[in-house]
Amino acid sequence: MNLHKLTLKEAIKKLKSKEISHKELYTDVENEIQKKNAELNIYLSLDKEAVSKAEKLLDTPLAGVPIAVKDNFLTKELPTTASSKVLEGFMTPYESTVTERLQKAGGVVIGKTNMDAWAHGSSTETSDFGATKNPRNPKHLPGGSSGGSAAAVAADVCIGALGSETAGSIRQPSSWCGVVGLKPTYGRVPRTGVVAMGSSLDCPGPIGKTVEDTAIVFNAIAGHDKYDSTSADIAPPDLVKNIDKPIKGMKIGMCYLDHPKLKNTKVDEAIQNAGKLFKSLGCSVTHIPLSPQLKNNTILTPDYAISVYTVVQRGEVSSNLARYDGIRFGHDRSFFGAEAKRRIMLGTFTLSKGYADKYYIKAQQVRSLYIANFHQLFQTFDVLISPTSPGFAQELGASEKSPMFGELEDMLLEPSSIAGLPGINVPCYHDTKTNLYLGMNIISDQWQEEKIIRVAHSFEQQTIKE
Amino acid sequence: MQSHISFSNDDVAHIATLANIPVTDEEKTKLAAGFTITMKVVDDLKKADTTSVEPTHQVTALENILREDAVDEKREFSQDEALRNAKQTYKGFFVVDQVIDRE
Repeated sequence: MNLHKLTLKEAIKKLKSKEISHKELYTDVENEIQKKNAELNIYLSLDKEAVSKAEKLLDTPLAGVPIAVKDNFLTKELPTTASSKVLEGFMTPYESTVTERLQKAGGVVIGKTNMDAWAHGSSTETSDFGATKNPRNPKHLPGGSSGGSAAAVAADVCIGALGSETAGSIRQPSSWCGVVGLKPTYGRVPRTGVVAMGSSLDCPGPIGKTVEDTAIVFNAIAGHDKYDSTSADIAPPDLVKNIDKPIKGMKIGMCYLDHPKLKNTKVDEAIQNAGKLFKSLGCSVTHIPLSPQLKNNTILTPDYAISVYTVVQRGEVSSNLARYDGIRFGHDRSFFGAEAKRRIMLGTFTLSKGYADKYYIKAQQVRSLYIANFHQLFQTFDVLISPTSPGFAQELGASEKSPMFGELEDMLLEPSSIAGLPGINVPCYHDTKTNLYLGMNIISDQWQEEKIIRVAHSFEQQTIKE
Repeated sequence: MQSHISFSNDDVAHIATLANIPVTDEEKTKLAAGFTITMKVVDDLKKADTTSVEPTHQVTALENILREDAVDEKREFSQDEALRNAKQTYKGFFVVDQVIDRE
């Protein structure tokens, strides 16, 4: 019946109206997993009892739809490994707040998805359990670190998915897999029970087949959690309610297209076209020039953000991954893969005596520059748009060529990540020859997810029409 | 400012000790080269003017989030649950490596 192809919104509607049964939906999804998982390596574990759980959830908001969950969310009923051999077979005694909320709202965790080990990377190639392949074109990478979740959505082996982002780990794999990924404001969605990586940056969020699907899941998981002292006690907006409200009159700024890496590329063209489309919808669209220093009405070059992120992330990694000693749970530190070793050790170096001021404090000062820059721009603009990734999904093996592969692929997302801003990836170009996608990143000021959802939804509706 | 930093195998061995990460000689050579490349990129930071700019350590501006000093039963583990994933236990305790008087 091809029910695996349903969007989250359609699946909920059809289940509630009894047009389809849970059994029919899960049979189609599970058949699809059977067909594709061996080749694509998306799921690390699967819940065989998922359908019987789903059948009890018809009267909930999500009606028992199957959701793929990144393997860094602690789940009591399935192992949690963060794709590292250190945690192979680990069964947690408690549930993450996000998966608890998801299940309470009627989502069923159908399986746990592959990722870069400890979420260190943008390829899913650093997983200790093998790389995931891009379902759109299996010679290519899915991106990462939430590559398994983005691939699960693209391959229709789930109805929706959860990922997490530190610099680009929701948006970049969504871009490469041609799906929608919403990274909420830092502090909007609790980190409780998510394997900690960069604690001042980590942010769980949904990946979906449509913008509205991500809004539906956001509504289920957002909001204050007393167990996460960095989660904000601010009531989250209902992102579905105003999703169709016209965006006429919105002020949109276009960023980074004059960066040497993007000038006259396919992605430059795709974003320029998106700008034209927004103009036709009654928005004002302004090109914001790039600047090497902080200056009003310009956008600070993303180049420094690569370095800020590298220093801050590795520093936080060295501290967070110190807990894996193999005593209370997991295996000892000899089980860390090459990428984790590299990041823990570089973080230890940049935080060590004599270097902390030069690197760590300096990076946090430059972080302040990005925050000041966005603060000034959001006094004028409602949202800023840019490419999500500098290009299409790279080929398998690409991440092994540079110790900073992830940082360079995520360079256009790092400024907004270190500033804690929300952002969404929406597909903006499809290459019919390779079947690969380009994505547009839409960001707003802190706590303004409603704006990016409306802009992304309008864009999606228009591009579907075309 | 000095030109960018480079790493020897001995530097890597020192960091590995600080980070408690076992590394082989082959890994040391690879890591040293990788660190040198990465820190060369990071050196770019000095081009950004941060005169009189305060560092940002967190972005939500939350301060002093406290809770009552009371047991939250929802967050309690039984001894069995707490020990379930331990490599080695002894009479209901975790067995840890010796850290004092270690060779």
